[in-house]
Amino acid sequence: MVTELIKQESSYLEALRDLHSAQPASNVEWLDSLRNTAMERFSELGFPSVKDEEWKYTNVAPIARMSIQPSAASADLELANFEVPEANDSQLVFINGKLQRDRSSVTALPDGVTAVDLVEACGSDHSTILREHLARFADYVSSGFTALNTGFISDGVFIHVRRNVEVSQPIHILFISDGAQPVTFPRVLIVAEENSSATIVESYLGANGAEYFTNAVVEVALKDAARLEHYKVQREGSDAFHVATTVAELGNNASYNTTTLNLGAKLSRHDVRTIMDHEGAECWVDGLYLVSENQHTDTHSVIDHRKPHCTSHQLYKGILDGKSRAVFNGKIFVRHDAQKTDAMQTNKNLLLSNEARVDTKPQLEILADDVKCAHGAAVGQIEEDELFYLETRGIHPDLARNLLTYGFAEEVINKIKVESIKQQLDEAVLNRLNTRLEV
Amino acid sequence: MLEVKDLYAGIDGKEILKGINLTVKKGEIHAIMGPNGSGKSTLAKVLAGHPAYEVTKGEVIYEGKNLLEMSTDERAREGVFMAFQYPIEVPGVSNAQFLRLAYNEKRKHLGEEELDPLEFKDLLKERAKVVEMDASFMTRSVNEGFSGGEKKRNEILQMAVLEPKLAVLDETDSGLDIDALRIVAGGVNQLHNSENAVILVTHYQRLLNYIVPHFVHVLAQGRIAKEGGKELALELEQKGYDWLKPADSNVAVPAN
Repeated sequence: MVTELIKQESSYLEALRDLHSAQPASNVEWLDSLRNTAMERFSELGFPSVKDEEWKYTNVAPIARMSIQPSAASADLELANFEVPEANDSQLVFINGKLQRDRSSVTALPDGVTAVDLVEACGSDHSTILREHLARFADYVSSGFTALNTGFISDGVFIHVRRNVEVSQPIHILFISDGAQPVTFPRVLIVAEENSSATIVESYLGANGAEYFTNAVVEVALKDAARLEHYKVQREGSDAFHVATTVAELGNNASYNTTTLNLGAKLSRHDVRTIMDHEGAECWVDGLYLVSENQHTDTHSVIDHRKPHCTSHQLYKGILDGKSRAVFNGKIFVRHDAQKTDAMQTNKNLLLSNEARVDTKPQLEILADDVKCAHGAAVGQIEEDELFYLETRGIHPDLARNLLTYGFAEEVINKIKVESIKQQLDEAVLNRLNTRLEV
Repeated sequence: MLEVKDLYAGIDGKEILKGINLTVKKGEIHAIMGPNGSGKSTLAKVLAGHPAYEVTKGEVIYEGKNLLEMSTDERAREGVFMAFQYPIEVPGVSNAQFLRLAYNEKRKHLGEEELDPLEFKDLLKERAKVVEMDASFMTRSVNEGFSGGEKKRNEILQMAVLEPKLAVLDETDSGLDIDALRIVAGGVNQLHNSENAVILVTHYQRLLNYIVPHFVHVLAQGRIAKEGGKELALELEQKGYDWLKPADSNVAVPAN
């Protein structure tokens, strides 16, 4: 059995190496060299195993059992429900990893904002900025998945916001998979210059029933006093694997407000790392995971306070039904120099079934002595008395459970400022039992 | 309207109600009084259908139907309402949304047309006057961040919207200052009419100065120890509950 697994994995790695060798050169020398170095590193690292402390609860072996041969699309997608009309003319759409120029439009973006194909940008005027930032934050030396993604950088997005430019409409990056391409490697680099401001929505959608693997890496560089609102909406198909890394580095007085919504995929893992290496920055690293049946979702968050006077807020909420499983591992580092750090971290989970399971581990590691830090985790169920109260108002028990579940999620839902996404999430929570709430 | 016959009920295997008999007709206001632990809140919860309480004997007939066979939400849609001593907070759901949902569930049940948000808004505005609540309460999440008095007023607002046939108010006066008590009691008095009935569960006589009952029943150790008119409440106020305590002496002595 074990030998069989090792064989499967090694044949999978072999297939990935073949796929890598077969990809056309990018015509950008430094990029080709980066891809090759990263792929070599991936060959050494492979996939993490459950013996690795960081992957203790998430077994990625099933990914290695997948076929990576392209095939005909196995399922249809209903995209209409997941549109972000606020970004009609400020969005880039990818299907099975390829940029769809006919479906993408960025005509609504003001001067000073660039949102283009990543490889194209590598050969353009932006080359210097790209070279300076790409793969600088996302560590391909120690992470196998990041190395793999870096080895396959081709289609992706580069967003650049010039100094003092404020973008009012959200920029939407949409990655769609219908299963025809079993592995995709979305890559995004966002560079927001001094005192700029923008909202970016990163969505992953996939066909239910199609087995595919999304391996994404997103890097965010916020220069001094830049402000970014960043949403990640993960609604992959029911049989998908989603492994993603988000790394943000904050300049002096920069503000990074990110909310991750994990709803889809059979197995999802998100590593989200916020590096506060300059003074006076502030971040909100929040999220909601909503899983049921046999879904597995894992969030590993690191907030790294390296310099003084930074503030971090973290609120992750989880709703688990069926036999689903969630992992939350949140580390907050407060380094020696990071005096006057203010860090707050909370993870709360609501179990809707007796078979669901959550492993939560908030961790604080403080080396500075003048800081304000707090963290906490909770796992609970809907209380009988809460249900009873709603039922005495004539509300059916299913609907009552739903309202209380919504009430639990509301704290995260309500911070979403892009109305269409908020509505989609409202529905995702309420429609589990076909409820409608109107004002 | 309501007939409780020889009702025995308890929680976690512990018997609390030991043979309650109570008849409530429409148009009547009944007060259930008694010391802590006498079973008065249990009676309220059993009538509303709290799942933790088990009825071991007896029956409850409501409007000709077996109340104990109905689910909690069904009872509510049939017109039974309970005002809670400790109302629950429902974050994320506004008072207006919640009330419309509950109101329409009842309308659906009765085969009546549901009200849309605008129509409901008008109705809500009208009913809110009963407890002197202003519009700002309607957009706030149900009971979230409400003071004790506001929560109790919100209970009566729900009663005003749902128009129950039988309202059971569980310790609605507890924790209220005199102004809130006046508003809450005033609300109940406005809502009470010849077609409905109210059961007030209370420890103190104070509430009965504002809502005058037709009948007072005093519970001790799970049984009705004494019954009378409103003057019984005044007597309790003077004497306290102690003189009722040796309830064991009330155990029916075998005839022989």
